[in-house]
Amino acid sequence: MRPIDPQKLQETITNLAGKKLYIHLETTNGAYATHKDQSFFSAGAFLRNAQFSFIHGKVKGEGPYRVGLETDIGWLYAEGLTDWEIDENNRVLIAGHDHDGKLAIALQLSETPFPK
Amino acid sequence: MERHVLVVFPHPDDEAFGVAGTIISHTDAGTPVTYVCLTLGEMGRNMGKPIIANRETLPEIRKKELEEACRHLGIEDLRRFGMRDKTVEFADQDALVSQLFEVIQETDPSLIITFYPGYAVHPDHNATGAAVIQAVQRLPVEARPVVHAIAFSEGCEDILGPPDVINDVKHIAERKFKVIEAHASQTSGVIEVMKERFLEADETVEGYMLKERFWTFPVNSDKPEK
Repeated sequence: MRPIDPQKLQETITNLAGKKLYIHLETTNGAYATHKDQSFFSAGAFLRNAQFSFIHGKVKGEGPYRVGLETDIGWLYAEGLTDWEIDENNRVLIAGHDHDGKLAIALQLSETPFPK
Repeated sequence: MERHVLVVFPHPDDEAFGVAGTIISHTDAGTPVTYVCLTLGEMGRNMGKPIIANRETLPEIRKKELEEACRHLGIEDLRRFGMRDKTVEFADQDALVSQLFEVIQETDPSLIITFYPGYAVHPDHNATGAAVIQAVQRLPVEARPVVHAIAFSEGCEDILGPPDVINDVKHIAERKFKVIEAHASQTSGVIEVMKERFLEADETVEGYMLKERFWTFPVNSDKPEK
């Protein structure tokens, strides 16, 4: 992965508008967060291979970046995004890494399903 | 000497920190060790330091790391169950118990090492330990292997008492470090600090890394003696 170039990511997202996509959306603070710090409230979620299609999408922020995708009947929102790549399977992988380089959020868009 | 040791954990590297020395002791003694690893740790947060993985490449990287770790451990029988990280507690429990039961029947272990259900912090750990205990309890009482379980939740010793099995693995510390190092995507950055502390004879490393602690699980608690 490499640091997000917001213009290039914007172009990539614009080109995906209207397509039938599969998404992986995830936030995580790690399974040990509360174990290491009892006062920490651990919350996270992931959704893998939801079928998804959006009308238009934007990349915002100065870095870390935010992405918002508007659909016919709702929204997808992600923040804390720092790095991205288009992999060899033409999947758009966007991630947010924290100050220790650990993954905190992932937003991935693909025209083919991700492996289960 | 054990006849056969079966190790069951949900994530590659679960065997590294708390058990590697014990496993090496068994394989050194010529005891065959079967390692059932339920997932590939697909949902790990550590992507390497510097970052070498992404969410989609992580499973393949961790699979190779697991195989490398097994070479250092002397494990020749590695079985991956193909489940997904974080989902063990939600998966079909009966199917998992049956799959584990088949491995137990086939390998006929005298000792099983897994997590202590309820006291192992990560939901995958607790679900794995629970499934192993259920599989063992499908056997008649006299046929059940000993289960050494790992507990590390806050305050677990207040409830379980102190661990009754403590294996000192100081003499094979260097080889244990190799196992930890094999899981590079998860441990780079951590291992260097740990090694330094070991060389400085830091008591923390001494206590947690070089003394592997287990609780013998009461496998017959489902059929208490009358």
